[in-house]
Amino acid sequence: MLRHAARRLATTRAAAAAAAGRSSRVLSTAEVPAEAATDSAFAEAWKKVAPNIETPATPMSLMQPRPPTLAAIPSKLTVNFVLPYKSEIANKEVDMVIVPATTGQMGVLPGHVSTIAELKPGVLSVHEGNDITKYFVSSGFAFVHANSIADIVAVEAVPLDQIDPAAVQQGLAEFNAKLGSASTELEKAEAQIGVDVHSALNAALAG
Amino acid sequence: MRHLRACAGVPSPAALPPHHSPSSLFPPNLLRPHEPSSETPGSKRTPAAMAMAALRREGRRVLLSSTPSPAAAMAARSPAAAHQEIAPLGARSVSTQVVRTRMKSVRNIQKITKAMKMVAASKLRAVQIRTENSRGLWQPFTALLGDVPSVDVKKNVIVAITSDKGLCGGINSTSVKVSKALHKLTSGPEKESKYVILGEKGKVQLIRDSKDNIEMTVSELQKNPINYTQIAVLADDILKNVEYDALRVVFNKFHSVISFKPTMTTILSPEVMEKESESGKVGDLDSYEIEGGETKSEILQNLTEFQFSCVMYNAALENACSELGARMSAMDSSSRNAGEMLDRLTLTYNRTRQASITTELIEIISGASALEG
Repeated sequence: MLRHAARRLATTRAAAAAAAGRSSRVLSTAEVPAEAATDSAFAEAWKKVAPNIETPATPMSLMQPRPPTLAAIPSKLTVNFVLPYKSEIANKEVDMVIVPATTGQMGVLPGHVSTIAELKPGVLSVHEGNDITKYFVSSGFAFVHANSIADIVAVEAVPLDQIDPAAVQQGLAEFNAKLGSASTELEKAEAQIGVDVHSALNAALAG
Repeated sequence: MRHLRACAGVPSPAALPPHHSPSSLFPPNLLRPHEPSSETPGSKRTPAAMAMAALRREGRRVLLSSTPSPAAAMAARSPAAAHQEIAPLGARSVSTQVVRTRMKSVRNIQKITKAMKMVAASKLRAVQIRTENSRGLWQPFTALLGDVPSVDVKKNVIVAITSDKGLCGGINSTSVKVSKALHKLTSGPEKESKYVILGEKGKVQLIRDSKDNIEMTVSELQKNPINYTQIAVLADDILKNVEYDALRVVFNKFHSVISFKPTMTTILSPEVMEKESESGKVGDLDSYEIEGGETKSEILQNLTEFQFSCVMYNAALENACSELGARMSAMDSSSRNAGEMLDRLTLTYNRTRQASITTELIEIISGASALEG
């Protein structure tokens, strides 16, 4: 009796597993990465040179897979906003982001044409329904992909409400003085960067 | 104990148990360095072997130094050993002394390895959090530009990330082995392949046979906690001083405290990137509109340089994290080995002591019975 019970249990488990496998396969077909996960040519060449050493992993095999481009434009934009010390926004669906590109503020909605944009110091705002989160970013890059995913990589970013206006004014005055007294090209360039960042901060706080 | 010794004096050689001659004071397996048993993974062999070598040296020093110095110091301290200055080498009191000294040194080494393990464990926690937070940083670049490890270019630069300190299992030799294989893979008749080495240990290992191929070395990366600014300056330095078509960053990716995976990221120079993009190997850059920058090549240069600094930052953190994890497990197995050794030494010590007491008792009793009879 017990043995039968075990067998029945096993069959139901197997059936459940098969069902789960099928459902996960359905999901995985929907989320197949655009490129192949590993480079087979590299693996073969490696095997020839060093058969005793395991082929090193490559970023492609460690990446989280990205969804393919769909024919219909999705209603939401998926945003990744990463900093060196943390992932500020990871795979979040929002309505719109406005990024401070070097050519001017750029609003990104779902279905935006794929773009590579260099960022300048300025305000990045994330619109989600009625909520607007504003960050001040120092510099970086924004990539908008055809599948309505926006990746924003910044070196430094802080929420706008954490910035002290008095310190900004002081810094602006300091760098203006430095720009005036700069003698070499390098000093001048450094002071100019300081002035740019602080005036952008000032403008962000004012606006 | 003391008066027993005093009246028994130095035993005649005939009274000694057979294993008491100086040459066979220890069973041979105690004098030889204890090879890590098969249960210890290969990666942990180095520190364990080193600790054991230290033990052996310690032991030999004690054995070789002819009794005066340590024995005299001991004699001043313990009255029981007072008569050993006149005892011939290899007499029983000396033998227990040697084992005792050895036990002490093993215990000290065990203390050190335990402390190192604790230090690594506490550091690991902080670094692990930073590492996990930095993992998002390189993903946008790979999603955009793709990754082509098989790219065939003229000037290859292998950036091998290793640690500055040793006693951390096999992570440095793994990095070096992968770098060497990669060097073999990328060098050819019309191609050249150079090393840029981060960390003292990788430099020491690679300088032996590939001295001419080392373009640049950097050490003391981990003196302060790794931060992005520091890595960005370093990346800038590498980009300025090294000519490259493809940079290959080799590091150990942290998986768990006991496992790490050698990983390689390929970063192409802007020109090669443009060429490869046209041939369709990497992400199709032409389908992207480019905002900012005067020309496409200018923005590509900014992009690849930024990618390099981001990849380096994550790689340095991953490697630091793997190092601490490996050190933790290496030191753990070292202190376990020292404990095993200590157990065996204690057993030998007690057995020798017991044998000497028994001999003395036999002598006294037989003497007494001889007087009676």
